Amino acid sequence: MKIILNGQEQNLADPQNLNQLIQQHIKDKRRVVAEVNGTIIKSTQWESLSIQEGDTVELISFVGGG
Amino acid sequence: MPAIEPIQSKVMTDTPLKIANKTFTSRFLLGTGKFQNKSDLATSIELSGVEIVTVALRRIDLERHQENILEYIPPDITLLTNTSGARNAAEAVRIARLARETGCGNWVKIEVINDSKYLLPDNEETVKATEILAKEGFVVLPYISPDLYTARALVKAGAATVMPLGSLIGSNQGLKTKELIKVLIAEIDIPIIVDAGIGAPSQAAEAMELGADAVLVNTAVATAGNPTQMANAFALAIQAGRLAYLSKLPSSKNLADASSPLTGFLYES
Repeated sequence: MKIILNGQEQNLADPQNLNQLIQQHIKDKRRVVAEVNGTIIKSTQWESLSIQEGDTVELISFVGGG
Repeated sequence: MPAIEPIQSKVMTDTPLKIANKTFTSRFLLGTGKFQNKSDLATSIELSGVEIVTVALRRIDLERHQENILEYIPPDITLLTNTSGARNAAEAVRIARLARETGCGNWVKIEVINDSKYLLPDNEETVKATEILAKEGFVVLPYISPDLYTARALVKAGAATVMPLGSLIGSNQGLKTKELIKVLIAEIDIPIIVDAGIGAPSQAAEAMELGADAVLVNTAVATAGNPTQMANAFALAIQAGRLAYLSKLPSSKNLADASSPLTGFLYES
């Protein structure tokens, strides 16, 4: 299953939910915001949202800035 | 070099800076970008007494481990997320909503830039974004090119402050827009925070002497030879400038005006 994750094409072997996808990539999930196909997904819904073929997922966090 | 205790003002009495529903003792806002060493950021916050810092939101780098900037910011500091990277109002609104979702509050610095050479803010799009976000309950601090009509539109749109630029972002050129900022200070009733281009403590003091309510600095601190000491220098300058403003600066003149008496000279007969 192909998705776009943070602008990069990714091939996911198994069906998975958003929480599993995030866990694969990020150790510290605090202060991470997830957007799927342009919609913000609250962290309480990560578990129940299954990733679909062609989804665009953005994982966002804080950096230094002025 | 032995440590010296910085001079503390013994006479300064000031009303706190009020932004939306919060009050602040410090009139210095610090940007957190460009710090090579993140522990310098933590020390700079401590040595400058700032109570508000700006942060940005970006895609997480999935290839490399990324330090969490929030670990270097004490929890009692108000986080002001900027919308850097936004090229229009819609993108700024999207970033602000993402910021709120992190659970780090609803304070947002609107920054809409669609010019890569001068990085000047798009005032019109900034007003649009402010209107939308203020209605959604955000505390909106818009960053603009100083312009009276834009500032008035922002007040009407529900902005909490107006943040006019002193000069181009990161240019360290100081208060190139001084005369226009003076107009905003005179005409706009919400706090005026001078943001961008402030390259030295003397320039921050100058902004405060004019009557600006606060100053935001990032590059000049973060890229200084000694960032933490520079943060302290800015804090002292901002306080000095504020005290000078409260003490009512005498006006400048074109001709000399002797400081010593012009009578009783020794050669008089």
